[in-house]
Amino acid sequence: MLQIDLWKRVLIWLVCAAGLMLALPNGFYTRVEQANDAAADIIAKGETSERLETAGQWPAFLPSGLVNLGLDLRGGAHLLAEVQVSDVYEARMDALWPEVRDALRPERSTVGTFRRQPGKADEIRVKITKPEGMARALDVVRELANPITTLTGVGANDIEVSAEAGVLVVRLSEAEKIASDDRTVRQALEIVRRRIDEVGTREPTIQRQGADRILIQVPGIGSASELKAIIGTTAQLTFNPVVGRGSDKDAAPGIGNKIIPSLDESGIYYTIEAAAVVTGEDLVDAQPSFDQNGRPAVTFRFNTSGARRFGDYTAENIGSPFAIVLDDEVVSAPVIQSHIPGGSGIITGNFSIEESTNLAVLLRAGALPAGLEFLEERTIGPELGQDSIDAGKIATIVAFIAVLVFMGLSYGLFGLFANVALILNIALIFGMLSLIGGTLTLPGIAGIVLTVGMAVDANVLIFERIREELKAGRGPARAIDEGYSKALSAILDANITTFITAVILFAMGSGPVRGFAITLGLGILTSVFTAIFVTRLIIVMWFERRRPKTIEV
Amino acid sequence: MRLKLVPEGTSFDFFKLSKLWLGISALMMVVALVSFFLQGLNFGIDFRGGTTIRTEASESVDVGAYRDALAVHDLGDVSITEVFDPTFEEDQHVAMIRIQAQDDGEAITGGMVEMLKQSLDAVAPGIKFVSVESVGPKVSGELIQTAVLAVALAIAAVLVYIWLRFEWQFALGAVAALVHDVVLTIGVFSELQIKFDLAIIAALLTIVGYSLNDTVVVFDRVRENLRRYKKKDLAEVLNISINETLSRTVMTSVTTLLALVSLYVLGGDVIRGFVFAMIWGVLVGTYSSVFVASTILLRLGVKRDWSKQANTTGNQFSNIDA
Repeated sequence: MLQIDLWKRVLIWLVCAAGLMLALPNGFYTRVEQANDAAADIIAKGETSERLETAGQWPAFLPSGLVNLGLDLRGGAHLLAEVQVSDVYEARMDALWPEVRDALRPERSTVGTFRRQPGKADEIRVKITKPEGMARALDVVRELANPITTLTGVGANDIEVSAEAGVLVVRLSEAEKIASDDRTVRQALEIVRRRIDEVGTREPTIQRQGADRILIQVPGIGSASELKAIIGTTAQLTFNPVVGRGSDKDAAPGIGNKIIPSLDESGIYYTIEAAAVVTGEDLVDAQPSFDQNGRPAVTFRFNTSGARRFGDYTAENIGSPFAIVLDDEVVSAPVIQSHIPGGSGIITGNFSIEESTNLAVLLRAGALPAGLEFLEERTIGPELGQDSIDAGKIATIVAFIAVLVFMGLSYGLFGLFANVALILNIALIFGMLSLIGGTLTLPGIAGIVLTVGMAVDANVLIFERIREELKAGRGPARAIDEGYSKALSAILDANITTFITAVILFAMGSGPVRGFAITLGLGILTSVFTAIFVTRLIIVMWFERRRPKTIEV
Repeated sequence: MRLKLVPEGTSFDFFKLSKLWLGISALMMVVALVSFFLQGLNFGIDFRGGTTIRTEASESVDVGAYRDALAVHDLGDVSITEVFDPTFEEDQHVAMIRIQAQDDGEAITGGMVEMLKQSLDAVAPGIKFVSVESVGPKVSGELIQTAVLAVALAIAAVLVYIWLRFEWQFALGAVAALVHDVVLTIGVFSELQIKFDLAIIAALLTIVGYSLNDTVVVFDRVRENLRRYKKKDLAEVLNISINETLSRTVMTSVTTLLALVSLYVLGGDVIRGFVFAMIWGVLVGTYSSVFVASTILLRLGVKRDWSKQANTTGNQFSNIDA
């Protein structure tokens, strides 16, 4: 009856021991964290005696996984950004216009003269003077379309060409928009990640959320504005042909051109062609350096296709100026002196050394393909986090002691057994959190405290049942056995229902709420384990040793 | 010597006044709903957008001066409350500033926060912004939807689980108790105008879980006793079951409350609202599992011709051995 096989006993104690070992590093949080950081540095940057010493603070044979502290405990910044995916449509259309123009030019005899009309940002409208040539114009422009392959749009083209009252309209197809949106968000995600990595902070979370959002959480950073400054800077580098230079920013630029200010000469505006010759996307490297006069500058190198286009353009336009444009400001507009074949160049301007270094970083990390709009931002100062940790610690300890004392008073020796299980339970929660790399948040601490209160529930159910069996006149061994088996269905039903809500919380919640769901869910698993295996084993071991004739629960 | 909160072998009649209890519950729910519809909830920025700034200064908070300092920025509705907490240091004076959502879809800009800080620094030198949280109106609308969906899903999932494990009458009784608990919790938040944010939704779901825990334990015993006492009528079986589990119900509520109260007192003001919701939920959940769930079950009646079924259906997990 009251028998537990040896292998089961060993297994139960092994699980408990493993849990304790995994939880152990959290007791020495700062020390283990320093040791882990040093160990990571040794791998990344090589050994130094200092790093070796710091890494040695925590023995390598012990587990070193730690519970991550959430932003609300460690302090840091949280941003939810929405990628403005439609930004890309405009750039696509502007890039397509020269191709449309070149395709229509040989057909002037049939279509007449043509002009691009102003329209919505995501379309090209071309007015042709001979309406009877529209069919031909449509054919010619349609030739520019590329087939795209998606799961849904097999055989679809990337652009749709139609005629509306004598105006030829080119738009992106729906399938292409969907594909383009996905690409844009993925690119943005990658670039945000690289920019944050360049700054080198600890364990940032950068995740895609839904169709067009990016969640960014960086612990330890001073404020959300600081974080935005790192990721939000677009650093969109383009090289555009210059049409003119002047001081009137409201002058009519002409179709396909735009007027943008100069970066360091105030009051000077350049008229440039909106379609770029080469963009930052073709950039493969950018390094801070100095120009021939010893002033800070940035050297850059294009990839093959960028180098070819840049080379061709410079060869064809010797003697005319072109603009180096950074985030819609002209950094400089040198005159092309000669054919530049190698695909590398230098950006000079009134930079400080720091500015040139930052610019190089931004260029290297690449341009964000589209703007980001920040829908949610939270900054939690490290002091507040520390206050919360301190308060949470005290509250947990007090709650713990109160429950331990209460259980002891209510159930005597059996209450002490339950208390041992409760302590193991907390250790197991921390052990599992460390193992899965879970994040502890402030509501998560509340989840643990709640678990402390509720973890005893399973034991209470069992003990009450044993009492009833004793009252019904059963012997001690029989009462314990019956108590366990009869309480089991109630324990399982009650905990499974609570577990269901924890799972739903985890699936639907975000941030701190999710942290709560994790500790609550883990707490349910560990408390069921400790109640039906650990306390039972302790009671059985006690019973075997003492063989009491009567027991009091 | 044992501490016993409930004397042994109680035989209270829980249904003698069942009409009264149901009446009280119904009345409380009506009050909660009226309060909810009349004055609404004090939604935090998670649900209505806007910005909250938690400030800390060494001098005591002068709400009027803060308000005047911020007035120049023309931010629309600004509310400033001083926060008191026993865990604060002597010279730690904390205020929460809440600013309504601004017109554009975005959250607050960094430059704005810096400007506000400068203005406040003039009236409270050395003021620190220990947290700044800003949610744009676009997201806050979605957060409400997700939250409502989460609560509804949790209740539905539980309904199905209990239906599978018990009978549909049990499921309805349990869900009636759940709805009762959720409505009363929302009611108390509306009545006391406590800030209602995302964390409170987590608390609501926990209450759902806890209340259910209690109800299921009682129902489990009802199911067992229905098989044991085939001749007794339902009211009597229910009474026996509730009395038998009463000691456990009280014990678990007390241990949970012990833990929660210590968190409420010592856990700091950031999660006080959250913990308050849970304390309330434990009290209401304990009450409802006895007086609402069981009473509904009594009214619905239970099919009792399961005598032919194998008697292991109820405890099919019981054969698991440690």
